[in-house]
Amino acid sequence: MTSIEAHVQQPYKYGFVTDIESEVVPAGLNEDVIRLISGKKGEPAWMLEWRLKAYRNWLKMSEPHWPNVKYGPIDYQAISYYAAPKQRPKLDSLEQVDPKLVQTFEKLGIPIEEQKRLTGVAVDAVFDSVSVATTFQAELAKYGVIFCPISQAIREHADLVQRYVGTVVPHNDNFFAALNSAVFTDGSFVYVPKGVRCPLELSTYFRINASSTGQFERTLIIADEGSYVSYLEGCSAPMRDENQLHAAVVELIALDNAQIKYSTIQNWYPGDEEGRGGIYNFVTKRGKCAGRNSKISWTQVETGSAITWKYPGCILQGDNSIGEFYSVAVTSHRQQADTGTKMIHLGKNTRSTIVSKGISAGRGQNTYRGLVKIMKGAEGARNYSQCDSMLIGDKCGAHTFPYIDVRNSTAIMEHEASTSKIGEDQIFYLRQRGLSSEDAVSMIVNGFCKEVFKELPMEFAVEATRLLGISLEGSVG
Amino acid sequence: MTKGRALLEVQGLRVAVAGNEILKGVDLAIRDGEVHALMGPNGSGKSTLAQVLAGHPAYTVLAGTVRYDGKDLLEMKPEDRARAGVFLAFQYPVEIRGITNSYFLRSALNALRKERGEPELDPIDFLQFLEQKLKAIGWDDSMMNRPVNEGFSGGEKKRNEILQLAVLEPRLAILDETDSGLDIDALKTVAETVNKLRAPDRAFLIVTHYQRLLNYITPDVVHVLADGRIVKSGGPELAHELEAKGYDWLRDAAMVS
Repeated sequence: MTSIEAHVQQPYKYGFVTDIESEVVPAGLNEDVIRLISGKKGEPAWMLEWRLKAYRNWLKMSEPHWPNVKYGPIDYQAISYYAAPKQRPKLDSLEQVDPKLVQTFEKLGIPIEEQKRLTGVAVDAVFDSVSVATTFQAELAKYGVIFCPISQAIREHADLVQRYVGTVVPHNDNFFAALNSAVFTDGSFVYVPKGVRCPLELSTYFRINASSTGQFERTLIIADEGSYVSYLEGCSAPMRDENQLHAAVVELIALDNAQIKYSTIQNWYPGDEEGRGGIYNFVTKRGKCAGRNSKISWTQVETGSAITWKYPGCILQGDNSIGEFYSVAVTSHRQQADTGTKMIHLGKNTRSTIVSKGISAGRGQNTYRGLVKIMKGAEGARNYSQCDSMLIGDKCGAHTFPYIDVRNSTAIMEHEASTSKIGEDQIFYLRQRGLSSEDAVSMIVNGFCKEVFKELPMEFAVEATRLLGISLEGSVG
Repeated sequence: MTKGRALLEVQGLRVAVAGNEILKGVDLAIRDGEVHALMGPNGSGKSTLAQVLAGHPAYTVLAGTVRYDGKDLLEMKPEDRARAGVFLAFQYPVEIRGITNSYFLRSALNALRKERGEPELDPIDFLQFLEQKLKAIGWDDSMMNRPVNEGFSGGEKKRNEILQLAVLEPRLAILDETDSGLDIDALKTVAETVNKLRAPDRAFLIVTHYQRLLNYITPDVVHVLADGRIVKSGGPELAHELEAKGYDWLRDAAMVS
């Protein structure tokens, strides 16, 4: 292993297990399990019906095998679909949260206790299948902003959930979305009312702890007319030899003149050097710019998971709406990522920007897959795509699959792609100027990812750069 | 010129790259403040010597010693050499995408300052420091906000190396064919800047194939490297002799000896 590879392939720091008594339903999937989950969440009948409809569809669907990744068959009957730490189900105050859970999140850098909270950031902490704490809810309520676990939203804001859930990612959208729709447990719900600029960054931290379980969260964010919200999700899981399935669905809806900025720092356990264990991260994320002049930005920094399969996209329905996708995906050891975006232009003068940075090291395989579709009515639509790959070492791979489908001749499309190799000469140049080899690698990788990192909220840019073994300094030169 | 202990002392240095012996026993001594020119035909090992002194990992030292300021230079990591004041102006400077020259230079300067126990400069202090340095050499700051060497012309890359030299203020500056690929105006600018940077506590080793750079920078000593050995050393007049006669007469001499 060269010095460069050694710096990129750092040991996983979040692989600990929290020893806590959990309630885990027996492995297996059938309608009774779905009824059980729905019952545990105290859901209304319409939600259960929706889940069952999804399940019945899922039974008829088959797992997609077109992504450029390889893995053995998944036994869906061997997974437990609900795991929750034993505690009082309804929490009136954060003081009632089990100290072990508080400690777990603190260890992950997500303090949820009142006095230690991150300033300016409201956090929903999800542990296995349940949300254990949501901070700043009362403060946000003063602005009319709803930020709560989706289970709570289904009970307390049923009208909003019922109106929007499944409108962007239908329950039969794809195999994993259908599975999620049937068995989803927690995740966050956000509603920002008309004209409100959400005063805090909202964030959800997902932690998988129990073994032989999957995590199937669902997030729904609605930005009403003229509102703005910035939301971030983070995640991690213990180191285990087994593969654990994480099949989430995220739906975003932006109405007229609304803006949603959605950032992800994905750090699921990637498996060991030999490719044993790790999370299968099979996720459907989509936003709908339903209103005129609306805007949805996806920014993702993907460093974890054994396999990543996700294409956060935008349906640009409203005239003049804007979709953006900024991505850094790192694969080292034997990680595989097939990720990119879908930009569907429906409205007039809609614009989309795609900036994808793939970094491959070790035996990692990194695939960018993106679709830009300009529909007939999308007069004056524009897209700019840029896909850059960086290779570290000679056993890794980078692949790019851009799909373009243009049905309106007024469209303007630009696509740029590059592949580069980080070399000992670059490292030597920087070391000759007095930088350590760690700092040299950091500077090079950081410079490569700069266009993406600058899109992250400041608080999380630090986390992202640290994750890549990088000091933040370089990205703000 | 003060006759003191040598700042850099190379003795019997033999170096191979990819199994080929390039340097076959080099002896060289440079004192503080001296300017030495190292000349020689292509393939004689000039750049190899420059790279080895800076610590490039591709080269294997077979034999010999290099002492710098009393220390064993060959034992030091490249970054430690840089922090001890060894600077190499690269023949082929690399590009660092997404990182501005200004940020890069500040990081490098701070690495050096940290080593010297001086406080690191924040971006604002650095800008002031930089302004002074640029003023001293009569350059503007047009290169500072561009990514390091990205999209630079060959001449700009070489100028950028000299700019780094001016900011990092090394004790031993090694210029590896800085003159190659420069037009006459750029050559003059670089030479004038080097002359301004000459100081009693700064030595130079100027590696060049042609004599033309030495029309503007008068060295204290000129060495001729041929086939991995220094075959002749002399005063500035040696450069002119080489210009007139070429290298062959020396190479032949080396073969005979």
